[in-house]
Amino acid sequence: MVNLLSKLCGKISPLSIKEYKESGGFEGLEKAIFKMSPKEVIDEVKNSNLRGRGGAAFPTALKWNFVAMENSEDKFVICNADEGEPGTFKDKVLLDGCPFQVIEGMIIAAYAVGANKGYIYIRGEYPKSKEILISGVKILQEEGYLGNKILGKDFSFDIEIRSGAGAYVCGEETALIESIEGNPGRSRFKPPYPPNKGLWGKPTLVNNVETLANIPVILSIGSEEYKKYGTESSTGTKLLSVSGRVVNKGVYEIEFGTTLKEVVYDICEGMEEGKKIKFVQLGGSSGACLPESLLDTKLDFDELRKLEIGLGSGAVLVVDDSICVVDFVKNATKFFDHESCGKCTPCREGNKHIIKILDNLTNGEGTERDLKLLNEIAMVMKQASLCGLGQAAPTALLTTLKYFEDEYKNHIKYNCPAGTCSLKEGVAINV
Amino acid sequence: MTKTENVLRAIEEAGNTEDKLIEVLLKVQERSRENYITENQLEEISQELEIPLSKVYGVASFYSLLSTHRRGENVIQICNSGPCYVRGSRNVVNMFESALGIKMGEVTDDGKFSLEFTSCIGSCDVAPAAKINEEVCGNLDKKKIDEIINNIREGVK
Repeated sequence: MVNLLSKLCGKISPLSIKEYKESGGFEGLEKAIFKMSPKEVIDEVKNSNLRGRGGAAFPTALKWNFVAMENSEDKFVICNADEGEPGTFKDKVLLDGCPFQVIEGMIIAAYAVGANKGYIYIRGEYPKSKEILISGVKILQEEGYLGNKILGKDFSFDIEIRSGAGAYVCGEETALIESIEGNPGRSRFKPPYPPNKGLWGKPTLVNNVETLANIPVILSIGSEEYKKYGTESSTGTKLLSVSGRVVNKGVYEIEFGTTLKEVVYDICEGMEEGKKIKFVQLGGSSGACLPESLLDTKLDFDELRKLEIGLGSGAVLVVDDSICVVDFVKNATKFFDHESCGKCTPCREGNKHIIKILDNLTNGEGTERDLKLLNEIAMVMKQASLCGLGQAAPTALLTTLKYFEDEYKNHIKYNCPAGTCSLKEGVAINV
Repeated sequence: MTKTENVLRAIEEAGNTEDKLIEVLLKVQERSRENYITENQLEEISQELEIPLSKVYGVASFYSLLSTHRRGENVIQICNSGPCYVRGSRNVVNMFESALGIKMGEVTDDGKFSLEFTSCIGSCDVAPAAKINEEVCGNLDKKKIDEIINNIREGVK
């Protein structure tokens, strides 16, 4: 475990500007706006190799550069605080523990890309975090960190807080933008991408909470020092949200390069008494399910890419052997079915058909053909869905079909090894 | 508070531009005893914000925190996402259902409670969890669930 990004969370009073400044707060911002040009700020972020922490791991400086290059009077910076990926609760720790750090990141981003207005889109399920952010913004307006001529410089930027209303898809940046505009959160066709045409058709930078919280750190310690954390391909640290059947659940900051085994057995002190590990789902419900044999995998973008999986939001769900894989995947697919915005056919229909087939399997009516169909539907969704929701929805299905194929096949033979789906104790209820 | 007054106050607080529709709907619902937005209120919001009723309804029915159906005075939302599922959210559903004598999606006869599912509420470290109105309750078991229901029935906050 390390203490770089989250070092102030729980250590200072979240809304005390005095304590924040005494702990080095706003050093990054002051350095940026007094000593650096917007381009130098982007170069510093580029040199740090920071990649987006929301799930897609897109190079942050590249995104910033797209927005900076646009010629427009109005540009927007949006902080994506719609933390909806099941099993993810790390942004809440940053928002509640050190809201000024996230906002400082936004101000620096605005300076770098030339934006004058920002929004924090916070999910409706976090009413308390929303209140903290509203108070935080108000304090910074009074202190001259937000508003006209920030710290006396010819740079103006203000922030408004917007609430989500319970829609997972709004974590996708174009759906989020639709929601801020007051519409149902349905993803847009891309291109154009938000840096080109985003909120109200203007160039818009959308960054995740954790990504933005990294910015003041990079600016204040410098990108060279920052790069000492993590690995060559994945610099810095990552917040993991660990849940499931481990002894110590919670949010932990780790350096890239840490293995899943270290996370489960060292940091979280292993499995609960009497529980045996079956698999770890990495990156939330849209993430891959990795069997015990892959626990030595390093959490590193390149290492994970070799397995054709991603780190996602950094959620680590540790599942024990009392859970039926088929039923687990069905439960995850029901989530995506519920959250699908319905705009594109592969996602809207695909989830429904997957559930139907998995129902067959857990009811003892599955056939070999069903397994083939599951693969086909999943591939269509992955390749043809409009946004990340539909593309990633079948990840758990595809990875369990790969690593736990036998368990699916057992269900065809009326046998659930875990015994927790409706095929109880090897006897199909409906046959 | 009369219905119109509720809508007007919500608009006054949130703003009257088209993009404030979601905030207005949230505020109107917040003030409703039965935790939903009535058809009349949808029409009033449509007129006040000059947004077609079809769109107001479209937005209200798209987001799961908003409801266009009557709910209980106390809304119990049980998380059924992965982490809670792994730690037994199904049992939590059964326990709430039998304690209240209703099924998921229903409202008790006295209008005090309604039961529904929610997607992940970010309380996975204390799974299985549920949201009771604005409060998150974690590590749920039978004892805790009975206590929660009794406290609400007896008016203890």
